[in-house]
Amino acid sequence: MIKKFIRILLLSLWFGAITFPFTGIRNAILLSISIMASLILWNTLSKGIIKREGIEIVSKRIQTFSSKIPRRILALFFIFLFLILPLFMNNYFIDITNLTGIYIILALGLNVVVGLAGLLNLGFVAFYAIGAYSYAILSTQANFSFWASLPIVILLVGISGILLGFPALRLKGDYLAIVTLGFGEMTRLVLNNWDSVTKGPNGILNIAPPEVGSIVFREPIHYYYLILIFVILTTFAIKRINNSKIGRAWVAIREDEVAAEAMGIDTVRMKLLSFSFGAIWAGLGGVLFAAKMRFVSPESFTFFESVIILCMVILGGLGSIAGVILGTMILVLLPEALRGFEHYRMLALGAGLILMMVFKPEGILGGPRKRAELRPDDERIYMQEIETIKK
Amino acid sequence: MFFQQIINGLTLGAVYALIALGYTMVYGILQLINFAHGEVYMLGAYLGIIILGFLTSIGFTAISLPLAIIITLVLSMIFCSAYGMTIEKIAYKPLRNAPRLSPLISAIGVSIFLQNFVMLSQGATDRVFPPILKAEGLTFLNARITYLQIFILIASVLMMVGLHLFIMKTKLGKAMRATAQDRKMASLLGIDIDQVISITFIIGSGLAAAAGVMVAMYYGLVNYFIGYVAGIKAFTAAVLGGIGSIPGAMLGGIILGLMEALGASYISSEYKDAFAFGLLIIILILKPEGLLGRQVGDRS
Repeated sequence: MIKKFIRILLLSLWFGAITFPFTGIRNAILLSISIMASLILWNTLSKGIIKREGIEIVSKRIQTFSSKIPRRILALFFIFLFLILPLFMNNYFIDITNLTGIYIILALGLNVVVGLAGLLNLGFVAFYAIGAYSYAILSTQANFSFWASLPIVILLVGISGILLGFPALRLKGDYLAIVTLGFGEMTRLVLNNWDSVTKGPNGILNIAPPEVGSIVFREPIHYYYLILIFVILTTFAIKRINNSKIGRAWVAIREDEVAAEAMGIDTVRMKLLSFSFGAIWAGLGGVLFAAKMRFVSPESFTFFESVIILCMVILGGLGSIAGVILGTMILVLLPEALRGFEHYRMLALGAGLILMMVFKPEGILGGPRKRAELRPDDERIYMQEIETIKK
Repeated sequence: MFFQQIINGLTLGAVYALIALGYTMVYGILQLINFAHGEVYMLGAYLGIIILGFLTSIGFTAISLPLAIIITLVLSMIFCSAYGMTIEKIAYKPLRNAPRLSPLISAIGVSIFLQNFVMLSQGATDRVFPPILKAEGLTFLNARITYLQIFILIASVLMMVGLHLFIMKTKLGKAMRATAQDRKMASLLGIDIDQVISITFIIGSGLAAAAGVMVAMYYGLVNYFIGYVAGIKAFTAAVLGGIGSIPGAMLGGIILGLMEALGASYISSEYKDAFAFGLLIIILILKPEGLLGRQVGDRS
């Protein structure tokens, strides 16, 4: 007990000592004291009330609850809910919901690459940027309408996905992450400096809004339904491919590439496919973003954006569609709710990522398979996984 | 003009090499890209400004400027070593056996956290280095080399030589090399792996801090997001030289610095950062083992 207390004391003093040049002595002492207090509180509480598996129990309850309701009814319920939802919201909230929708499309696209095929893509935002800029240029310079641009842009983004995929095929893990990161940054630098086409840092203004018949999309509520349709389409398409032969091939590659190849999976083709299939959704997200904002500039497509999208995928649960949607909602809506703490929310995001990886790498809704994969140390979880497979 | 760019490039390259050493050492031992390494460099640059500012305010710099600079450098290195060790214990150690995706993501988390920590505590605007260094220097072959550049070059070379001797001659250095070759075998032979890893982070972070202080003196200002680009460039240098190889990191840093200085003045300064990224992608695809690295099965 006393030993533990001394450890806590030393730990908090250590944190105070290393932060004082930045925060000043007074704040460092405050920090020390608050770390000490929270550690003592945690130590006493963790014995009694809060169990370490607290989050796991909650997420398991959500899972068992949601598995009891038939999927179709649940899906129809949500679609109905989202159809009538804007009637109860003002324009500001509809706008945020629209943004959430675009991010859901992006996150689901990234989920195909990272969650299913297991290829860490840190330059995902490049495809988002290519989509948005392609539509912006087609619309302002060639007078293409939204609907005419859509197939062209998607084709373009799909091809650029394959183009990035080819060189990246030879690389694995971290190296792949770095190459895709470089690709993303170079895309942004080109957008920033190629003044004659992209208008440089000023961005492209006056992008044409989408039209259906005689209705020109101007109000947030118009975009709401447009984005909703695309979100449903994306979810449906990704759900279908998830359960198809291709989806299973991706998971096989993620789990063991050599074994997958031995089973007759064409790993080269499948990896390229996952890159370009993921990219397509980013491109779609980009087109929607450009159409909604009616303005694009390189600032919207920084590395940080890639990281945020990755966080959405990880927070909810890699590979799980419901998880990704949940993660996106949390990461878009929570910062809106915490507007007053503008700066601290980024601090919290960083800390949250670390804690998530240490304590719950499989995400809020990650299944047992993912848990077993991400926590090789944890015998108990591994045994559980084997039990569930036996059943 | 040409010689001027060579001198500027060498100065820049020496700094990149110092940061690259941290990447390469950690990668050699843990096969982990320490994404937060660039932030340690940024913290080092800030500490340089804070400590030198403090020394100026108590009137120490007026007594002896070189001594003040050396004290700043050493203190900043000590603090950053502590940061490096703490980061490792919090964000990487619990994930040592997890798939590679996990530590990479927690490293990104550390990076975001540190950037925002500095932004909140030190402000979002550029911080200016105390204007106590005059731009005096020597002129030869139509090029000027300032005393500061000479100091940066000498200090970096000294540190690199010191590191080389440490790794080659001391017992701990031998333990580090053994751990890099085969972690499991090293632990069976009685090497305390945790200690070796901690020391790797301490040394790497110290070198990054030195680079940060010197860059802050060289450019005269810092802000909270310098770590990201510098980190990527240093990583490029490490990969160019062959990741895991210590002489490789030094060589890669110098080459990258020279390339950037010459490229910026003869080709295009707008795409200055793109050179590093382009180079990185090309090396990773064509020659992932780098100039001096060994070909290792699973890395590429």
